[in-house]
Amino acid sequence: MQPFAWLRASNEGDAVAAGARGARFVAGGTTLVDLMKQGVERPSAVVDIGRVPLARIEATPSGGLRIGALATNTDVAYDANVASRFAVLSQALLSGASPQLRNLATVGGNLLQRTRCPYFRDLGSACNKRAPGRGCDARGGFDRSHAVLGTSDACIATHPSDMCVALVALDAVVLTRGPRGARAIAVRDFHTLPGAHPDVENLLEPGELVTHVELPAQPAGTRSVYSKVRDRESFAFALASAAVVLHMEGGTIRRARVALGGVATKPWRSDEAERELVGKAPRLEVFASAASAAMHGATAGKHNAFKIALAKNVIASALARAAGLA
Amino acid sequence: MSAPLVGKPIDRVDAIAKVTGRAQFSGDVKLANVAHAVIVSATISKGRATVDASRARAAPGVLAVVTSENAPRLPHASGKANENGRVLQALQDDHVVYDGQPIALVVAESLEAARHAASLLAIRYDREPGRYRIETADAAPYEPAPMHGRPPWDSKRGDADAALRSAAVRVEQTYTTPLENHNPMETHTTAAAWNGDRLTIYDSTQGIFGVRRRLAGVFEIPEDHVRVVSHFCGGGFGSKGAPWSHVVLAAMAARVARRPVKLVVTRHQMFAFVGHRPRTIQRVSLGASHDGKLVAATHDLLSHTSRFDEFTEPSALVTRMLYACPNVRTSHRLVRLDLSTPTYMRAPGEATGSFALESAIDELAIALDLDPLELRMRNYAKIDLEEHKPWSSKSLDTCYRLAAEKFGWSRRSRPPRSMRDGRWLVGWGMATATYPAHQWKSSALARMHPDGSVLVLAGTQDIGTGTYTVMTQVAATALGVPIEKVTFDLGDTGYPETPLSAGSGTVSSTGSAVDAAARALRSRLVEMARTDARSPLHGVAAADIDAEDGRLVSKHDRSKTDAYADVVARSQKNEIEERAESNEAPDRDKHSCHSFGAQFVEVKVDESLGIVRVSRVVSAFAAGRLLNEKTARSQLLGGIVWGIGLALLEETVRDERTGRLVTRDLSDYHVPTNADVPDVEAILVPERDDWVNPIGAKGIGEIGIVGMGAAIANAVHHATGVRVRDLPIRVDSLLGGAR
Repeated sequence: MQPFAWLRASNEGDAVAAGARGARFVAGGTTLVDLMKQGVERPSAVVDIGRVPLARIEATPSGGLRIGALATNTDVAYDANVASRFAVLSQALLSGASPQLRNLATVGGNLLQRTRCPYFRDLGSACNKRAPGRGCDARGGFDRSHAVLGTSDACIATHPSDMCVALVALDAVVLTRGPRGARAIAVRDFHTLPGAHPDVENLLEPGELVTHVELPAQPAGTRSVYSKVRDRESFAFALASAAVVLHMEGGTIRRARVALGGVATKPWRSDEAERELVGKAPRLEVFASAASAAMHGATAGKHNAFKIALAKNVIASALARAAGLA
Repeated sequence: MSAPLVGKPIDRVDAIAKVTGRAQFSGDVKLANVAHAVIVSATISKGRATVDASRARAAPGVLAVVTSENAPRLPHASGKANENGRVLQALQDDHVVYDGQPIALVVAESLEAARHAASLLAIRYDREPGRYRIETADAAPYEPAPMHGRPPWDSKRGDADAALRSAAVRVEQTYTTPLENHNPMETHTTAAAWNGDRLTIYDSTQGIFGVRRRLAGVFEIPEDHVRVVSHFCGGGFGSKGAPWSHVVLAAMAARVARRPVKLVVTRHQMFAFVGHRPRTIQRVSLGASHDGKLVAATHDLLSHTSRFDEFTEPSALVTRMLYACPNVRTSHRLVRLDLSTPTYMRAPGEATGSFALESAIDELAIALDLDPLELRMRNYAKIDLEEHKPWSSKSLDTCYRLAAEKFGWSRRSRPPRSMRDGRWLVGWGMATATYPAHQWKSSALARMHPDGSVLVLAGTQDIGTGTYTVMTQVAATALGVPIEKVTFDLGDTGYPETPLSAGSGTVSSTGSAVDAAARALRSRLVEMARTDARSPLHGVAAADIDAEDGRLVSKHDRSKTDAYADVVARSQKNEIEERAESNEAPDRDKHSCHSFGAQFVEVKVDESLGIVRVSRVVSAFAAGRLLNEKTARSQLLGGIVWGIGLALLEETVRDERTGRLVTRDLSDYHVPTNADVPDVEAILVPERDDWVNPIGAKGIGEIGIVGMGAAIANAVHHATGVRVRDLPIRVDSLLGGAR
């Protein structure tokens, strides 16, 4: 750990100003502080945004929800509106981390959560995400936890968030405020593929602060499920997870959202799976072909081929649960 | 000892101190003017390291940076103190011999300053190629050196290979267990303070006397110039047995900085230089007649040690004694790898070896179309055939019966995949557990004060098992005083010398010494009373005097009593003290001494998602006398919980290309959470053992884990029809074929 300046902002403007001067935002600190201790993150200044009033969860006029970036994972998971109308988000949050961490971790921090790739977290390993251009020791190494979708030659690191997978499936939107003003970015576009620049993980510009996440209204009767498989029953990252949102009418799937976690370099929305579902009757065979479509083009390394089969089964079982068939 | 076979479940005497934070662990000890040291770990597995410390030395608050260039010369650190001591890496040269090895030591005014300075070191490596896997062409397995007082590494009775060839039914399989790390909750911690050439050490250790011996040797000072204190230890599990490099480095840091120094090993370093359970590759062959009688068993272990030191995981020992088999051959072989030295880890040998043997027995039962419990009963060993000795006690048949009844084993449907609970496949598996009963020389003293209070002292350690509590109980029982009157203290080399807290041997060794010291004190006080004309017991024969509730009582006239307090007060002395040593009981070596248990497990498996959940565990154990029902049960449950980790979760992964650690923290190295642990039942089978040691206790620290690997693997097979022979059993074990 190296010395750093500790600043405190009490409003969005001060936070953005500090960020524009190079300070890193810290809220719950559950990602950033860990990485600073390991020497992976070395900010010269950190600005505590914990007192910026951004922790509210409120209804929007159009029937959705607007969640402040500083709402904790616990607050969101147990919010009555979230639990009843956006169940997949509540389930995703509660499947992650531990109660202690969820009490600290915020929505904004969860959006910006960094990969658990052990090579990224080890200064003795080559990592293009940590030190661009130095190579990737995860490739050809112990890649059991790594991605099979969205990878590049430069990076195979898995995006670790459960929450983001649910947000992608809910068509959520990130609201930001930066030195150049406010903007809205769909969560599915917010995270970027590693490509040749895995050190860039999202569309945020220097100093740009996530202020809210907005959930659009879901049609009445929408059912959603988050399903996650991990190495133990609690407090472990996903080997594969699926967030599914189904809207059915008259025995036909009218609208479907399928998103994957634990298998991709970013929270993964599968248009392919959704195309297989829409207009069809909710049957197990349909779910199986949607699951196959989602994993089409997946590429495995030495130890993570099982994730392709696993993810298909997780998707199919989540769809079956959402449709009431399991 | 007139105590019951299962002692009272009294609460831990140190419970309040622990839950209120008053208990002083080694890192909690306040030392005036203390400085903080951090160890800098290598990030290569083999080669040389050149450390440029100029920036670190100039950093604020830094007191010293020690590297191989300026470290005090301590030639004895690189040698072994004894067979179980470890070769240490104390910055004596620039060689790197494993990933994470200490290559520098930074001492500073604060922990933060030390860590910051450590990040400023410029380290240049010259890498050399290394060998990191057992299965390499040039591995050259060799037979380990024999160890004093331990069974030989190879064994042979009858002709197992011939008997196997002609056996009616055979099972021949290879089983593997992964490299694992102990990871006690409290990481290894040492505080060191020099006063001239006298050294005081506060250490989180399973053996204060071993630490004293090692430091005296390394720093070439008399043993009585070293005092080692360890009042509390937050778990050891074997990794805190022999002192590792950090203990020497803490003392070195204190000497170089001329300040008391505190050194806490990081969680990452817990995977690097404080030992691990080595990976094992075990070939087991069993031959049986059609009626299920074992005719042959072979068990060949292949494991690894470091290039510079030797530790052998004794996995095949269990096959020599567990079943009545006339022809048995076993062997242990090692391959030298460029990894750190392995060491003892909870049930060393048994936990890994029984996974192989008890999985093979299950496979044999299937081959014979026999119930696996029935197969075990048909091969019940009435004596130890390897040693040609009777058991000191053995109640395994009772364990099988009680655990099977409680579990409901008779309702098991034998074919795999024949039991279900909704979408879950259900599997029932079982295995036998065993662990040898050890006893080592130990000593203690007991002191009675004029107010009737008792102080009992023994060096020993409480590594979380309840030593404070059970020793208090032993002394109170032997003296016949209320438990509140007894204070037991431990963890100081100024107290009578005791062995390691290891091998499930603390109660048998130090418990026997405490019992002996308390009895000696009682005899002395009886003698003082009956020879004192002022005592109501004057003239009563010693054999006719009982002790209860803090007073001596005539057996023939219970109105004649003399309180201990009065006996001491009349003596005009401040205290009456007796010391005692305990050794092996005289006829112990005519017997084979082992604890036994039976472990039954139910698993539920979601086949499409590869999820295995342990949903029920019923175990029964017979381990001689149990001093405290509550602490005994806790230890057994702890072993069982760890067994779930062994079977389903734990693995230290190294990058095969570089030998470097991939799992370096508890986020990647999974141990069971509460959600992974179902209702677990441990049945304590009362058992009298007149041979094993004076108090008749065989030890319970390890046996809880022993059968769990196989019991769970056997249950997974019963649920799914898939035989997993490589631990841990994870999602990929069950989905591996479904790519």
